[in-house]
Amino acid sequence: MNGLLRYLRRNLSLVVGSGLLLFLVAFVVIGHFVVDVEDARALSVRPLQPPSWRYPFGTDRQGRDLLAVMVAGTPLTLQIGFIAGILGVAIGTVLAFVAAYYRGWADTIIRGIADIGLTVPGLLVLIIIAVGIRGGLSVNQMALVVASLAWLNPTRTIRAQVLSLRERGYVEIARMSGMSGPAIIVLELMPNLLPYLAATLVNAVSSAILASIGLEVLGLGPIDAPTLGMTLYWVNFNAAMINGWWWWWLAPTVIIVLVFLGLFFVTVGLDEYANPRLRRSA
Amino acid sequence: MLAILKRCGVFVVIVWLAASLNFFLPKLSGQDPVRTKLLQQAQLGGYVQQGIDEMVKIYEVRFGLDRPLWQQYLSYLGDVVRGDFNFSIANYPRTVWDMISESIPWTVGLLGMTTLLSFVIGTILGALLAWPRAPRWMAWLMPPLWALHAIPFFLLGLILMYLLAFQVQWLPIFGGYSMGAVPSLSIAFALDIIRHATLPALSIILVATGGWALGMRGMMVTTMGEDYVVFAEGKGLKSLTIFSRYCLRNAILPQITALALALGQILSGAVLVEVIFGYPGIGTLLFQAIRENDHFLIQGIVFTVIVSLGLATLILDLVYPLLDPRITYRRT
Repeated sequence: MNGLLRYLRRNLSLVVGSGLLLFLVAFVVIGHFVVDVEDARALSVRPLQPPSWRYPFGTDRQGRDLLAVMVAGTPLTLQIGFIAGILGVAIGTVLAFVAAYYRGWADTIIRGIADIGLTVPGLLVLIIIAVGIRGGLSVNQMALVVASLAWLNPTRTIRAQVLSLRERGYVEIARMSGMSGPAIIVLELMPNLLPYLAATLVNAVSSAILASIGLEVLGLGPIDAPTLGMTLYWVNFNAAMINGWWWWWLAPTVIIVLVFLGLFFVTVGLDEYANPRLRRSA
Repeated sequence: MLAILKRCGVFVVIVWLAASLNFFLPKLSGQDPVRTKLLQQAQLGGYVQQGIDEMVKIYEVRFGLDRPLWQQYLSYLGDVVRGDFNFSIANYPRTVWDMISESIPWTVGLLGMTTLLSFVIGTILGALLAWPRAPRWMAWLMPPLWALHAIPFFLLGLILMYLLAFQVQWLPIFGGYSMGAVPSLSIAFALDIIRHATLPALSIILVATGGWALGMRGMMVTTMGEDYVVFAEGKGLKSLTIFSRYCLRNAILPQITALALALGQILSGAVLVEVIFGYPGIGTLLFQAIRENDHFLIQGIVFTVIVSLGLATLILDLVYPLLDPRITYRRT
């Protein structure tokens, strides 16, 4: 415990990042007790009220209480990010291990797809996919759409890590003592990659949230869910900026910024933990 | 030579994949854009929806949607090769290519400027941040750069828009040029364009610069630890020489690789910036196309963008050996 505290004092990014994310979690949890989440639906309160004691975040044009929208929408946005991010890293890890450990044609194909896929603007491909799905998307479908490209980056970066690990002495020894390929991957390589995988995961969650908000702002999101991105879509749809309804875009903007800052600092912190070599330069 | 051919082959594969993706994904959806559009118009005009089935048939023949799938696919590939993306469904009889070519200069101008500026500023800044003899105050730039870097372009755009265009009204809030201004080759119109582009550009540059600075700083730290830099210091070379010829030149190489990889992300972000600012580029056109369910236009835009980015990466890859003599396409 003491050691952990001492480490955290050195790794400020991790503290700041987790702090921000915990703050958001607290906001959502306490919010669910204090606010009636039903008010996140349209037509439940008086429209276009600026922030007041009754509606601390104001209300939007369709009569949603924006505080309730934030309380209900923040977890939805995070849900999309985590589902897509976890799927992406899981698929990416499997592909990366197959590619980097076994090399050969599997490596050529997997690396080729990942390399080509990464140069393509992801949002545009996601747009084609989302446009192609009949009817409106649900929150979970949204997560799957985003996940369809979320494995590219993890595959590429984890593959590079595995490539460098597999030449290490202890892997060589395990191989010579007759350990099977899958056993080496699970028992020798995985444990050493865990902190790195964690950093990759946080990164993937962050990109997934970014992609989902992008789709939502373009109007391809779950149209009746109060996610943060959909709120921004309505902001744009109703020209809230030009009409001077500043509170409408302020709340989602601040929360999205906090989400991204939190995830970013956690990644930096985990990176520092995973690559002790970076410590000297910091 | 072989490697160059291989690299060009990858480009051809990207083009083909983009075209196929474009063709097959929307087909899977089972949406019927012709019928949707006709129903919309029938409702607008208050007509009875009689004879709409016949009209759908006629339009399907006109758009070639009645033929078997593989025929449509082959003729689509043929069209794509000839640069013909068909007519826009929502804005018939305008062609997709016509609409795209109108908005491309806007996006190329905005993206080209912002990417170049943020890359150059970010790289120099990052190099200085790692350089021990740089001015002290530069260290204070790090935290804001980090924080900005984590924010999506368009969110910063919203904030800047509120502060600079809505509150103090220094800059226009919307569009690519003033309403009523006649596009011409005059200085006044050019200034008008620049004024409108400033806010979208600023929201991209402020965010992107941080990323380049962070990457460059990391590379500089690694490079400065190399033996040849220590040796150069030992020789008593001027600090500026070491900085520019020994460190900068070596550290910048991974930045260029990163640039090739980041182009797609930058473009994805810029699409949203355009939408937020109503800037008349590809992003806004795409937004409009999505709203109108105009899938020929969406396909055309996605294809054009993927191909242009593929081309940009290809050029960067081919230029790379010129910058780094250690890598050559001749030997391998």
